[in-house]
Amino acid sequence: MDSGAARLRVKTLAASLVVVLANVSGNFLMGWGLKHGAPLSASPLSYLRVLFDPFVAGGIALLVLWLLSRMALLSWADLSFVLPVTASGYVLNAALGYLMLGEYVSPLRWAGTVLIVLGTMLVGVTSPRTTS
Amino acid sequence: MSPWLLVGVIVVSTTIGDLLQSREMKRHGEIHNLHPSRWGGIVAGLARRRNLILAVFFMAVSFFAFLTLLSKTDLSFAVPATAASYVVETALAKYVLKERVSPQRWLGAWLVAAGVALLAL
Repeated sequence: MDSGAARLRVKTLAASLVVVLANVSGNFLMGWGLKHGAPLSASPLSYLRVLFDPFVAGGIALLVLWLLSRMALLSWADLSFVLPVTASGYVLNAALGYLMLGEYVSPLRWAGTVLIVLGTMLVGVTSPRTTS
Repeated sequence: MSPWLLVGVIVVSTTIGDLLQSREMKRHGEIHNLHPSRWGGIVAGLARRRNLILAVFFMAVSFFAFLTLLSKTDLSFAVPATAASYVVETALAKYVLKERVSPQRWLGAWLVAAGVALLAL
């Protein structure tokens, strides 16, 4: 692997890590805020009230970081690379749901996480960019 | 609105948003500097791109549908169930974005989709 390709790979994996962590922590904070804050109804006012919940607002801030870092990643990496590689976040989401929110994660769901990890690893070793 | 209808809205809007976003970011060119002090300039530059605004609109639709779904179901259901579009998006990346999707990448996409399906059970 030449130095350009190695640099592209390191940069891509670092950006993917930021994308995954921002997404997982953002979703977690939103989930926590929605479970423990004011209930959500069909009213637009209800949505506005929820958006100002500290946990939901923190979650949204992290999801803005997720959006920007993902756009940057997509500026050089293939969509068909980015999608499976950043899917590793689902594994962390399941673990956080289980550990922090007390959600039940069945053996089938854990098997699903193993498949996602395998798929992520398979795609992760391919070249991040196949178009010019 | 039923949870599965919400999942449908999320999948369709996410797919359209991702395709538009990927195509427009390739046209924009590689972003080299991700330092937070550059974010304002980056956002200002991106905000002038109509297709990117459209992509963000579809992502916003997906986001609010997701917010509603999260209030009705567990996080460990809501997040994986909305990822049913992996294989479709990979196919569209090949035919619309002209990416070279190798058999290894296809297998990876299918494994992720199967894993997501198991997570949703």
